[in-house]
Amino acid sequence: MVLGILMYLKVFFVGGLICMIAELIQIKTKITPARILVIFLMVGAILGGFGLYNYLIEWAGAGASLPITGFGNALARGAVEGAKTNGLFGAIGGGLMATSAGIAVSIGLSYIVSFFVSSKTKKN
Amino acid sequence: MENTEKRNEEYLLYVERETPKTGWFNSLLHAFLVGGMICCLGQMFGDIIKAYNPTMDMLRVSAWISIIIITITILLTAFGVFDRIAKFGGAGTFIPISGFANSIASCAIEFKNEGLVFGIGSKMFFVAGPVIVNGVAYSIIVGLVYSLILLF
Repeated sequence: MVLGILMYLKVFFVGGLICMIAELIQIKTKITPARILVIFLMVGAILGGFGLYNYLIEWAGAGASLPITGFGNALARGAVEGAKTNGLFGAIGGGLMATSAGIAVSIGLSYIVSFFVSSKTKKN
Repeated sequence: MENTEKRNEEYLLYVERETPKTGWFNSLLHAFLVGGMICCLGQMFGDIIKAYNPTMDMLRVSAWISIIIITITILLTAFGVFDRIAKFGGAGTFIPISGFANSIASCAIEFKNEGLVFGIGSKMFFVAGPVIVNGVAYSIIVGLVYSLILLF
């Protein structure tokens, strides 16, 4: 029980800290959110490529895997695992395979939702 | 001409003065709280999934967590609630996977009037496109480098 609460504290701390660093960068340098996303993605992919990010996920669970750095890590780890099991084919396609479900759900559900909802500013 | 420049300068000063100083400390705190809370929510779903499927491996569990958070985010975006959370949370909402999902859903809704192909189809990836393109490129580089290392 105590272990469970401690885990959630770690998740909260790490997830919050990553977001706070992004917010700090945004305030101090006025970089647009899209660029910050790409920068964090790159950091995650580099750390994932060297296998370092998995230690953070082991320690902080969803606090490390949910931020966009975790997405970059999943892409890099997917490529590495693919290269191990399927050779060159896996090395090229492994990254997308590891993240395919998340991307597919985002696209598919957004597509469906956009038929039912209109934006408030642009009404025909 | 000179007058306009002077007026512009004064206006900039005026904006600087009148912009509410919520202060960067507050926005950092908001980002920390909201980001941490979204991650805790994800961890909670992960624990529930693991309680029902103890044999599921970690990668599959975190993929399911992402799917659940993405689904919730898109539904909240559709109901117009997510904008309010995002305004409060700042980076706390766009750095977790919820930001990725929200950017796709809100762009799809925003540009649906421009048609199925060039409206929804292409504008959907206005923010998410760079993320996917860069991510896939990095993953291929990592995969190829790792393959090279495996060769020797």
